Amino acid sequence: MRKVAVLGIGQTKIAEHWEFSIRELAGEAVFRALEEASQPPIDGLFVGNMLSPLVEHQSSLGPLIADWIGLRHGEAVKVEAACASGAAAFRSALMAVASGQMEIAVAVGVEKMTDQHPRDVTFGLATAADADYELDQGVSFVGLNAMIMQRYLHTFGWQSSDLAAFSINAHQNALHNPYARLHMAITREDYERSHMVAAPIRLLDASPIGDGAAAVVLAPADRLPPGNRVLVTGSGAATDTIAVHSRRDPLFLQAAWRSARQAYQQAGRQPEDIDFFELHDAFSIMAALSLEAAGFAERGQGPRLALEGDIRPEGRIPICTRGGLKARGHPVGATGMYQIVEVVQQLRGECGPTQVPAARVGMAQNIGGSGATILTHILERD
Amino acid sequence: MEVPRHWRLKKQRYALVGEVCPHCEAKIFPPRDVCPECGGEAKTTFQFSGRGEVYSFTTIYNPPRGFEENVPYTVALVKLDEGPIVTAQLTDVDAEQVEIGMPVEMVTRRLRQDGDERGVIIYGYKFRPRSLAS
Repeated sequence: MRKVAVLGIGQTKIAEHWEFSIRELAGEAVFRALEEASQPPIDGLFVGNMLSPLVEHQSSLGPLIADWIGLRHGEAVKVEAACASGAAAFRSALMAVASGQMEIAVAVGVEKMTDQHPRDVTFGLATAADADYELDQGVSFVGLNAMIMQRYLHTFGWQSSDLAAFSINAHQNALHNPYARLHMAITREDYERSHMVAAPIRLLDASPIGDGAAAVVLAPADRLPPGNRVLVTGSGAATDTIAVHSRRDPLFLQAAWRSARQAYQQAGRQPEDIDFFELHDAFSIMAALSLEAAGFAERGQGPRLALEGDIRPEGRIPICTRGGLKARGHPVGATGMYQIVEVVQQLRGECGPTQVPAARVGMAQNIGGSGATILTHILERD
Repeated sequence: MEVPRHWRLKKQRYALVGEVCPHCEAKIFPPRDVCPECGGEAKTTFQFSGRGEVYSFTTIYNPPRGFEENVPYTVALVKLDEGPIVTAQLTDVDAEQVEIGMPVEMVTRRLRQDGDERGVIIYGYKFRPRSLAS
């Protein structure tokens, strides 16, 4: 397999983009990435997206976006893995270039969520769960995460407000990210006052939806001179049962553990080598479970890292350095690509007040469903 | 709303019919034909007792489309006496009284109505509290 480097990145602000269609959003991110990459010829396009058939009544995003960006007749396909669609599209592009099937591949994650009534979007998101045995019982996607959180608090003896530290960190970091959905610092008191969405999950445990797109151009590493390149050194993907109730242990993200192990092995790295970690805090409980499964905390001890400040940009294992899902926003199928773009920004030293000092090795982890599909990537500056 | 999809699930919805693995005797619900414990083929049907306890729960205030009429309602992960966990609504109980470990039993209730779509009313399992003596 060939070594693969990032040639360019692009992203849009996450917002209610009523004036832009799904193809315009995706195009915006891709054009920015191609401009950074000095307009190379593209061999293929991989589009990460979850909801376009349900929310936009539009399938076939591969040719839709290829046509829009001027990649006429080129290979283009959509990759769907619920909220992990973005990282799944990235991994497809990575495999295409690493294997030699393509010289230059583009991965773009895009989601358009604000055209429909929120109840229909809630329904669309819930299709990531088991339709026969979860959704038909009336549980929402938030509800599934709430049941995981409830049991977690009970088993490990935490208060729900102990998890507020994750949201506070994310909101603080997003203040310095111009692409973030929310620019609003919050306190523990704000958290405790915010309303219940599905007990014990409060509004300030949950990430906001939005419209957005993020893109990356990948090429063989040897096209660039060594030094100052951003290389993709580890990539892992794994699955678990689609339904929470069928997991051997609903409080452990088996697919996160497995995909992280795969990425660590490929990169020749260990958790101690990771300078920062863009994880999937769709709900604050997921931040705790992700830290535990990826080897940064013992089981049940994820919240301690947040409470003791270890997750801040200057801490031992900074997370959500650009705001995370919680405050940067969670345009579901695009989220995994935002994480990759943000890792690249950190490795290039472009993150201003939330820059992680001497960032050399970064990791991103994207979760689909309530833990059914999980991808972990490690990127490094050489 | 798809009628055959719900018709197909009637044994599970009305009677909690799952499977038992002929190799390792693991009880399986929902049915999945490959035993999650030993990996062997498991197609022998098995009817669960419908008794279990609350493993975890939540109260839903923002429901998915189709479940608006019962808001707020409580959904639980119920650990069945035979081992598997099932996702189901709780009924005949106030949300404030629910706690982890509470003994429950299966009852058949209306899950939802599809409104103006095709007039289908979907019934299925929910769980209600049971006294430890019963």
